[in-house]
Amino acid sequence: MNRRRTQRWVAAGAALLASTTLAACGNSSDGSSASGGNVTLSYALWDPNQAPAMKQIAAAFEKKNPGIHVDVQITPGQQFFTKLQTAVTAGNAPDVFWTDPIFFQMYAANGALKAQDGAGVDTSKFPDQLVSLCQSGGKLYGVPKDFDTIGVWYNKSLFDAAGVAYPKDDWTWADFQSAAAKLTDKGKGIFGTAAELNNQQTYYNTIYQAGGSVLNADKTASTYTAPETVQGLKFWTDLVDKGYSPSIQQMTDTSPMDMFQTGKVAMVWEGSWNVKPLSESPVKDHIDVAALPRGAKQATMINGLCNVVSATTKHPAAAEKFLTFLGSEAAQRIQGESGTVIPAYNGTQKSWVDAYPKYHVQAYVDQVPSGVPMPVTANTFDWMQNEPTILGKAWAGQVSVDDAAAQMAKTIDDSIAKNKG
Amino acid sequence: MSVSSTTAVRRPPRPGRSRPGRRQDAGWALVLLAPATVGLFLFYLWPAAETLYESFTTSGPFGGHTWTGLDNYRQLVHDPELRQAFVNTLWYTLIALLGVPISLVLAVLLAKPGRRFVTTYRVLMFLPAVTMPAAIAIVWKWLFHHDYGLINIGLAKVGIHGPYWLSDPHTALVAVAMVGMWAGIGYGVIIMMAGLQSISPHYYEAAEIDGAGPVRRFFAITVPLMSPTIFFMTVLTVISTLQMFDLIYVMIGSSNPALPQTRTVLYFFYEHTFNQNDRGYGSAIAFSLLAVVVLVTAVQFALQKRWVHYE
Repeated sequence: MNRRRTQRWVAAGAALLASTTLAACGNSSDGSSASGGNVTLSYALWDPNQAPAMKQIAAAFEKKNPGIHVDVQITPGQQFFTKLQTAVTAGNAPDVFWTDPIFFQMYAANGALKAQDGAGVDTSKFPDQLVSLCQSGGKLYGVPKDFDTIGVWYNKSLFDAAGVAYPKDDWTWADFQSAAAKLTDKGKGIFGTAAELNNQQTYYNTIYQAGGSVLNADKTASTYTAPETVQGLKFWTDLVDKGYSPSIQQMTDTSPMDMFQTGKVAMVWEGSWNVKPLSESPVKDHIDVAALPRGAKQATMINGLCNVVSATTKHPAAAEKFLTFLGSEAAQRIQGESGTVIPAYNGTQKSWVDAYPKYHVQAYVDQVPSGVPMPVTANTFDWMQNEPTILGKAWAGQVSVDDAAAQMAKTIDDSIAKNKG
Repeated sequence: MSVSSTTAVRRPPRPGRSRPGRRQDAGWALVLLAPATVGLFLFYLWPAAETLYESFTTSGPFGGHTWTGLDNYRQLVHDPELRQAFVNTLWYTLIALLGVPISLVLAVLLAKPGRRFVTTYRVLMFLPAVTMPAAIAIVWKWLFHHDYGLINIGLAKVGIHGPYWLSDPHTALVAVAMVGMWAGIGYGVIIMMAGLQSISPHYYEAAEIDGAGPVRRFFAITVPLMSPTIFFMTVLTVISTLQMFDLIYVMIGSSNPALPQTRTVLYFFYEHTFNQNDRGYGSAIAFSLLAVVVLVTAVQFALQKRWVHYE
């Protein structure tokens, strides 16, 4: 009796074990099926707007390379990096993916990316600033994908109504400020501009235009407290204080982009990646774009993405083939023609400009020589995510700009110390 | 009644003497429990143990830990932002607790015999409980909008200039907490109505004959006899509100100037663990929250003896 019961228990246990083993078998066979014959590469990206162009590029690549299939995976927004980091940690990174400079250094420095020592990539075909964004410790880890600069979009109807001349590419801070003052109509609830709390689209530009900077030359300390840097920040807080820009609370409730598209704001500083949505907006017929105004000097933030190969990819040869194709003129031209982003490959930018005959988008490309790459450290996001909170207090007038700048400098210095050690 | 008649026929085994085959029953019980137990172990207990371990380490961006002992906990004690997050969470909890008496009153009103459209009211009240928190948050975000929100438009009709509900540090916490409370009321009403059905109508009849009005009946009969249900709701509300996250994530978000005055401990944990990828510190935050939840719940159970009456 007793023994029979024991036997039954053993049988039940064995069945349980067998079922888990089965499950395990299922997993492993999934993994190995990819390596035989046909290769499937995963290509991870975050922008749904660009998905059609990227799928078109993948299709063109598959046509030239039978046997390699590219699976384009889209994870929108901030979740992309949360998911990517978890996948890399677990050893399940996608074979090929995008990164932006804010995260690139961390991935490269921690061995998550496969170095590309110039084998299939001709870096001379890309602007230098963009190549530098795909380098870490003197080594190349990716291929420039696209770039973006910043421009000022303006509502021509509001300019006409206020009797203000349209901006020209050689305008100055003073021109911008006086236009903002004249365009502001408190009675109608119209603001001259919007001091959006967005480093890349607004205050980093003015910091460098004023002659300031965020980091010192060898990126070992923050220069946030430099008088020129503070001046670049005050450019915006002054606009808020004088009422030429909505307050930070108004901009939290309604984004400046929405206010611009409903004719409540006359001028906004927008990156080239926003040209497509603007060209489809309700105000699309009476807006245009100009280069950023000049402060002590001309400057715009220039930023770009890199296509990279995971260090742990199971198909390095196929992945590198695809990477090389992504950096080819043909692939970059497809991106440009879609109008979503400015392609990085020299000479293909025209395909993007031609996608918008109605607007002076050439201003974005013309500003490349004065482009300043985004300031990055070993773990940029670590300090950059605190910027809106800290600077927001200065925007709201709760602390002085000098105090906020000092607090940012300390945050950055602490982060540099923590992430080096 | 029917239950006791069946037990009369099939008497339960007397304690102390084991019925033949009882061990076999226990065996089957184990087999049937195994999936849930294995799941509990794999998906709850083991990760919890790992989290405890990680809270004593500093993690690299892509895995790998260095043992740093109590460093994370030391940092925790001296972190003013975490302290603020705990204070915020406490406020949310206090405001959410207002929902308990509100749902009791609503349940009593709904349970009144002869009231019409009770089912409709019940459905309307329960709707928020089965709606995705993110959807609730987005709708309320619009209601709270400074220029186009219905709340401020309504206030403007009576001559009040409404604030920036969600970006003003003075109002944002209360606004979000009210939404949290509102979303919990439907569930509370259902629980309370179930509790009300267990109160014998004889008490009310007797009280009515003695001349007690509706208010007196509510406080002298309903509240004491409902105290176990009220206690249950209180414990549940406290535990769930201490872990509030989604409303902050959707209604406030990372670029809101009122974030420091509104973020909860769990949101703070999320920022550190998933945005900054500082999983060691994140784990320590999670354990400090667990400690608070356990402590508060223990205190509630200790205090219940003074005010909860079991029939």
